[in-house]
Amino acid sequence: MTDISTQDLTLIESICGGLPMDARPYHILGERIGMSEGEVIERLQNLIDIGVIRRFGVVVQHRRLGYTANGMSVWDVPDERVQDVGKRMGEFPFVTLCYQRPRFLPDWPYNLFAMVHGADRDTVRAQVDDLARELDLDRAAHDVLFSRRQFKQCGARYGCKGKVDNEPCKLD
Amino acid sequence: MNRASSIDLDLTDRNIINALQGGFPISSHPYRDVADELGLEEDDLIARLKRLLDEGVLSRFGPMYHAERLGGGLTLAAMKVPEDDFDRINDIVNGFPEVAHNYARDHAFNMWFVLATETPERIAETLTDIETATGIKVYDMPKQEEFFIGLRLEL
Repeated sequence: MTDISTQDLTLIESICGGLPMDARPYHILGERIGMSEGEVIERLQNLIDIGVIRRFGVVVQHRRLGYTANGMSVWDVPDERVQDVGKRMGEFPFVTLCYQRPRFLPDWPYNLFAMVHGADRDTVRAQVDDLARELDLDRAAHDVLFSRRQFKQCGARYGCKGKVDNEPCKLD
Repeated sequence: MNRASSIDLDLTDRNIINALQGGFPISSHPYRDVADELGLEEDDLIARLKRLLDEGVLSRFGPMYHAERLGGGLTLAAMKVPEDDFDRINDIVNGFPEVAHNYARDHAFNMWFVLATETPERIAETLTDIETATGIKVYDMPKQEEFFIGLRLEL
């Protein structure tokens, strides 16, 4: 945990529902918690600088835009290559999340996860084939796990009560 | 592309979403700053953002946090649930408030959920509680390295 003050946490809590849709959103946030607009801006900028806030922005519901297939591609990449492969995989425009995670041998041999979005499953499969070819992973064991249903949407609130969950809440 | 059930966005909507997936200004009049860059009126930008949120195209507009640096715990967990018992197990797992997203996926590992807790220690405790409640092993797959979390998709 980095240097986060009580005032910072109060500010974070005040944005739980999202940024106000008003010409001066930071002024409004400040009014809610008795802080000047300048202080809100300064604190938010500091939280970005120290990495507590990754960035401000929007979370897109891919599914609502016709990107109905969400495939979790998983790869067994040699440990010495995973850094390089992971970085390059994250640069593909259809990859939205890319992480190294632990294997559980023999049940689960995969150590690299990349979410791949597409209009349908065939598109996603073709994109996964692209990844395999471009990154020289044809011989690396890999698989794509498609989602059948999503059961819980947004259980955790963002930055509320210390719970953080940045992944988009897609409606399956 | 099959977009039968999807929402039609015009070019301006797409430009707004693509621009805001990359960030939002921390300034006195941030909407005006973005509107100027996109060649829009501030009011038009705000109205369009409200509509995109109302229609569910955007699920959220605001800061994206780094869970660990806020002091919280976050992990991805997987289970191999017998298909004929899936609904019952699913209800038990979703009953835990720490479970944020839960996806059924086509694989022997057929249940995948994100766990978000107030402290890192609560992750292990909650996973043990879920194992006890379901009688099924939970595989804890926290991220070891993060290569990309842009969550952007060019539209």
